[in-house]
Amino acid sequence: MSQTKSHPVIEFRNVSYRLNGDAGRELLHDLNLRVERGETLVLLGRSGSGKTTTLKLINHLLTPTAGEVRVEQRPTREWDVIRLRRMIGYVIQEVGLFPHFTVARNIGLVPKIENWPANRIAERVQELLALVGLHPEIALRYPRELSGGQRQRVGVARALAADPPILLMDEPFGALDPITRAELQREFLGLQNRLRKTIVFVTHDLREALLLGTRIALMEAGRLVTVQTAEEFPTCVEPLAAAYREAFGSDLENSRQRDQP
Amino acid sequence: MNVWQFMLQNHAEVLELTLEHLWLVGVSTLLAVFIGIPLGIVITRWPALNKPVLGGANIIQTIPSLALFGFLLPAPWIGARADRLAILALTLYALLPLIRNTYAGIKGVDRSVVEAGRGMGLTDRQLLFQVEIPLALGVIIAGIRVATVISVGLATIAAAIGAGGLGEYIFRGLAMVNNQVILAGAIPAAAMALLADVSLGWLEKRLSPH
Repeated sequence: MSQTKSHPVIEFRNVSYRLNGDAGRELLHDLNLRVERGETLVLLGRSGSGKTTTLKLINHLLTPTAGEVRVEQRPTREWDVIRLRRMIGYVIQEVGLFPHFTVARNIGLVPKIENWPANRIAERVQELLALVGLHPEIALRYPRELSGGQRQRVGVARALAADPPILLMDEPFGALDPITRAELQREFLGLQNRLRKTIVFVTHDLREALLLGTRIALMEAGRLVTVQTAEEFPTCVEPLAAAYREAFGSDLENSRQRDQP
Repeated sequence: MNVWQFMLQNHAEVLELTLEHLWLVGVSTLLAVFIGIPLGIVITRWPALNKPVLGGANIIQTIPSLALFGFLLPAPWIGARADRLAILALTLYALLPLIRNTYAGIKGVDRSVVEAGRGMGLTDRQLLFQVEIPLALGVIIAGIRVATVISVGLATIAAAIGAGGLGEYIFRGLAMVNNQVILAGAIPAAAMALLADVSLGWLEKRLSPH
């Protein structure tokens, strides 16, 4: 890749979002943020800080009430919303697998509506199952027959199905037990090393943010407090960042170093 | 003479009235399905229509059936034949359970599933036909089931305006003060309602998502 400064993949320009138009509560206030190609930007903050709102503004599940969100330099308002969403993988905490579809149909749905030939879809499904560390036989099962960890793996595979350049992940590992979570976080890092997607990742877990993020955007009450690289964050003087570090205790410093070569 | 002997003796008439009854119920339920399910879907898409549509169907439901038959009598074409009149009235009554269940079924689909579908770029049509309707199907069939069972019972009243059906025996029996004749109408009607209930219940279970 050349070193010339490329344009950001996603850009927030003075974005605010209010519930029910102008009258409602402001969930997001004057956000300015750039997400660069190939990075994992973590949105860190507690519930109600505006992380999920920020995420949904990117794939136009929500429309900004002020300012604009640009994806590939084009305001989301001007995108054909279906085309926009098909180039953005979306993974949520509840996974949201289609309960009446097998795993294979869940993963292959977007390729299918994009009119891929059946054999190519089947190949892609197997490829993705391998990628997220699932046994090929799982393809024929239904979501209810899977464990929580398996479901979220299928959710990730489904989001990657049509090879979108952008991935949005809303606390994808939040509902998993600690061991499964650690496993999926490790695999996420391996996956990201190979695929180099542009990822926006929402979490309230500082440890997860430090482990997975290239940069961390700290949010509070609908405002962006600071954006720091994962390396800078542990020494960031911002009071809220310090408060976070304190809340997560002293074993924090080790958590990132452990995973670095 | 007990009721069984009566039915055996008049088996041709029993059969004819049963078929008439089936015709009234079948046609009206089918019409209601073709009107009610699309209406139920429409009000999930345009929430502003929700109250007027459900309210309207609710009001129809509160009109006493005999009165409704009477109201419809002056209608052109419809009023000309008793069976048309009965079918229209039965259709109107069947609308409420169909609209309501279709609406509730689609609204009841797990929000995270709908959000995931929307987020991955399904069009509204794809979301509706591939996700929401299949997942709501059990609830929708339950609506058809309720509508059919109600309709079997209500159709007996259609005899009062001369539309035929098993109500003929019931009204005749009432006039003759003869329980056997009443039962000759009531038993087949009850059997029909039970049969519809059981078979649609089976279908409902089969088509419900796991």
